[in-house]
Amino acid sequence: MIHVEDKKFVVPGEILAEDDYYPGRGTFKEGDMICSSLMGLVSLRNNKISVIPLKSKYIPKKGDVVIGEIEDIRFSMWGVNINSPYSGILPASEVFGREKKELSRVFKIGDVLFLRVVDVDEVKKVKLGLKGRGMGKFKNGILVDITPTKVPRLIGKKGSMINMIKDKTRCKIVVGQNGLVWVKGDVDMEQITKNVINLIEAEAHTSGLTNRIRDKLFLLIDGELPKDREESHESKFGENNSKNHLNNDPDFDNSFEANEEELEKPKLENFKGIF
Amino acid sequence: MIFIITNDIVSNKEREDGRKLDEIRPLKIEAGILKRADGSAYLEVGGNKILAAVYGPRESYIRRLLRPDTGVIRCRYNMAPFSVDDRKRPGPDRRSIEISKITAEAIRPSLLLERFPRSMVDIFIEIIEAEGGTRCAGITAASVALADAGIPMKDMVVGCAAGKVDGEIVLDLSEKEDKEGQADVPVAIMPRTGEITLLQSDGNLTEDEFDKALCLAIEGCKQISEVQKEALKNRYEA
Repeated sequence: MIHVEDKKFVVPGEILAEDDYYPGRGTFKEGDMICSSLMGLVSLRNNKISVIPLKSKYIPKKGDVVIGEIEDIRFSMWGVNINSPYSGILPASEVFGREKKELSRVFKIGDVLFLRVVDVDEVKKVKLGLKGRGMGKFKNGILVDITPTKVPRLIGKKGSMINMIKDKTRCKIVVGQNGLVWVKGDVDMEQITKNVINLIEAEAHTSGLTNRIRDKLFLLIDGELPKDREESHESKFGENNSKNHLNNDPDFDNSFEANEEELEKPKLENFKGIF
Repeated sequence: MIFIITNDIVSNKEREDGRKLDEIRPLKIEAGILKRADGSAYLEVGGNKILAAVYGPRESYIRRLLRPDTGVIRCRYNMAPFSVDDRKRPGPDRRSIEISKITAEAIRPSLLLERFPRSMVDIFIEIIEAEGGTRCAGITAASVALADAGIPMKDMVVGCAAGKVDGEIVLDLSEKEDKEGQADVPVAIMPRTGEITLLQSDGNLTEDEFDKALCLAIEGCKQISEVQKEALKNRYEA
């Protein structure tokens, strides 16, 4: 028996279902009942019921790509703040192999890096690495932080949201799975991008967001909505748009389980030629 | 669990402030009002004004508190110097240290911090204006702030007090009733299961009166619990 509908808002302790359902993320089982452990939105997939949190902290996972800031230099490693309850370490061996160099000459405290989580052990020691395309140090730019559960929403279906922002603001944008977003471009555009990202975070749980963000971007940058708006929608965001019509709820699904697969793509493209 | 139907245990007498014996004071809760905190809540009940802020789970900066198998919570209850009629001397005193401790212990059973080993959650409860029942209201507000911070929990803890005034068992004592009354029983529960996480008793009560007060407080908690849920829903419904 089920007590809630898909995408319904629930609070911690609310009873979601009984018997023939499986507890997923954000839920727990008590006797026969499945209850929510978070404040968030219900996601129903077959018989699996889970709750997608509206706010969360980043828990490091092996293989994730994250943005971190150097906050400590030790004998043979850097301490990295990755916007999580657990700080990461970047061993010197990951950076220059067997060679011996002065650590502080390579990365200084305050440097912002794009990293991959190499390993997380049982005591939550997070080992980071720089191997992989596009990994390395960011120069200039600003950092925006959003709650990690909203990262898929910022990227959108097949990167629709993030590519739209990039096209319009001509900023370089890199999104880490830990909820940090690096933005570099024109100073004014950086600020506009920051505001738009914050807006997406605040309204991530509402539907029809891509369209509203598009209008907002046009207003902020051109000062007016394009006259041939309908046309430009079809041509520029045609693919994405046609899906919206079918779905009636553009990139909502995306904030759920599509998560991992969707995340990978935009990243690799993005990093060509940044550094 | 103790659940006793409490229909005819209270009469229709009115109290000094016009409330019925089993009526709580007007209550308002707002979630997510502090921008820089991970989770926050503002609560008004009667003349109380309370702010609760939650930070974390974050890296434990106090090494000796760190636990390798689970996360820990710390709680600080603080009254502003201007929160009461006579200026309260700032800083922790015997009473606020006690309340900090019992708040942390009342809330801890509801949290699923095993998912965040070696981390720490900080709760700050600031009493801006006090008018009786701040410890229960503080627990209620802290719980909303924790849910707002997205910390996994089994249930939202809710607190409410009952007591004895002029020989009658009444719900949700005001400051005056607390001072002039004969007893005060603050209770915190997890409403879904009915588990009691805080139970104190100050003053003289017979066994029957205590049972009656406990049942009344639990009923009060359930009413407040609905307002808590409403507060979280309102935060995300434009």
